[in-house]
Amino acid sequence: MQLGRVLGSVVATEKVSGLEGIRFLIVQPLDRGSRPDGETLVAADAVSMAGPGELVYFVASREAAEALPERFVPVDHAIVGIVDAVHLDAVHLEEE
Amino acid sequence: MKVGRVAGTVISTINIPLLDEHRLLLCDVEDVDGRPSGYTIAVDVVDAGVGDTVLILDEGSSARQILGLDHGAIRAVVVGIVDELVVDGEIRPLT
Repeated sequence: MQLGRVLGSVVATEKVSGLEGIRFLIVQPLDRGSRPDGETLVAADAVSMAGPGELVYFVASREAAEALPERFVPVDHAIVGIVDAVHLDAVHLEEE
Repeated sequence: MKVGRVAGTVISTINIPLLDEHRLLLCDVEDVDGRPSGYTIAVDVVDAGVGDTVLILDEGSSARQILGLDHGAIRAVVVGIVDELVVDGEIRPLT
């Protein structure tokens, strides 16, 4: 799993079946110090509670679909938690 | 599997139910010479602590097998604490 920052949301009315009701968010992957790292991506929100600006962690690949109610769906990234705090050995990166 | 070093912990209240019962460790992944090569957030099943050199599994079905699950969005698991690394016949100091 990796850290990410939610930048926004994606709305799509016409989708393949199985994806109905799933929220899709635009996520900027972050390095361990919460700095942007790599291209933004679209992730399904498996906690149904993440919103723009939030620090989250997400799972990639086949396991992303496992986080959703319908497990055999074409999803390659899913947000599986909202971060309260990251405690690194030297630094503490707290969310507000 | 990969070798890494536990750099810290990730605290989260809102997460998928599966992760409620597990500690999350932020691990720096290392290459064979101990140089950093990215990081991963992994579930801890061996009670590893910050600073420990660990063995990280990063594959879904093995991860679910370890946790006794048929299904679940889980991939990276800290599965061992490394005592010694030998590279090219020499003991590599653990960072």
